Amino acid sequence: MNSVGEGCTELKREYDHCFNRWFAEKFLKGDRSGDPCSEMFKKYQQCVQQAIKDKDIPVDGIEFMGPNKEKPES
Amino acid sequence: MVKHFFSETDIKSSWDQVVSAFWQRYPNPFSKHVLTEDVIHREVTPENKLITRRLLTKTNRLPRWAEKIFPSNLSRSVFIIEDSIVDPKSKTFTTFTWNINHRRLMVRKMFFGMNSETHAWTRVQREAWISFCGIRDYFFFVMIQEFGLARFKSNQAKAMKGLEYTLANLQGIEGPSRTLKDTAKEATEKAKETALAATEKAKNLATAAAPQKSSHFV
Repeated sequence: MNSVGEGCTELKREYDHCFNRWFAEKFLKGDRSGDPCSEMFKKYQQCVQQAIKDKDIPVDGIEFMGPNKEKPES
Repeated sequence: MVKHFFSETDIKSSWDQVVSAFWQRYPNPFSKHVLTEDVIHREVTPENKLITRRLLTKTNRLPRWAEKIFPSNLSRSVFIIEDSIVDPKSKTFTTFTWNINHRRLMVRKMFFGMNSETHAWTRVQREAWISFCGIRDYFFFVMIQEFGLARFKSNQAKAMKGLEYTLANLQGIEGPSRTLKDTAKEATEKAKETALAATEKAKNLATAAAPQKSSHFV
C-alpha cells in the first residue's frame, strides 16, 4: 500500500514487513524482548511527517480515540 | 440527533489471526477507495498494550446533488484517522475511525474480541454514528445521513470481505464462505491491478527515458 508521501512508500514497506513479523511472532505471544523495527520506524516517520506538513494535512492536536468521548447514548 | 448503526458477527478465525490480518488488509480487491495508508504514531504502553494511529486517504464520493449544494465540502480525497488499542492479554482490539477533512463526523468503531463460546472464532462488533456541530452542519447532516449510512453499510460489507480475503491469503487457504465465482472475480480484479501497475511502470519508464532520448538528438 502506498504512503501519503510518494517518496516514503519504500521505507513504509520495509517497516510494515518488520512490524507484521514482530506483531505476530513476538508481541501477541507476550515476548517483550525489544523492538527490532524502531530504526526503520524512525526513518519512515521522518519521511511521512514531512509529507504531512508539506500537504497541510490537519493531524495536529487530535486527541487519541477522540470520538470515544463524544459517543452518543443509543 | 444522531443516527446509529450496530452489528455483530463472527469471523471463523482466531483472534490472533484476525488482528494480524487487520494491519495487512490493504490493498485488497474490495479496497479500491483506499489510496494511501500510513502509521503516524505507534507505541507499546507500560501495560503492554499496542496503541497505533494511522492516517488513511480515501476517495471522496458524494451523491451528485450534494456536490451541487455543498461545493465547499468537495475535495477529491478525504483524510481518515484510525486509532486503535490492541490488548494481547484480554485479547481485545478496539479501533475508532473518523474523517478529519471537515467537522461533519462519521465515526466508525470496530471491536474484535474472542468469541466467548468458541475461542477459535473472533467476535466483531461494528458501530457507526454521525455527529455534527452548528446549524450548517446540521442541515448537511440531515441531507446526507441516509446516503452516509447506506454507504457505510456497503463499505462495512466490503471491509469485512477485504479482511476475510487478507485472512485467507495469510493462511494460504480459501475462506469458508468463498464461492468459485468470488475467486474468479478476485482473480480478474488482481489481473486488472497488475495490468494497471504495469501500465504505470511503463509510463514512468517512458518519462524517465524521454530526456535521454531528446539529448541524443541534440
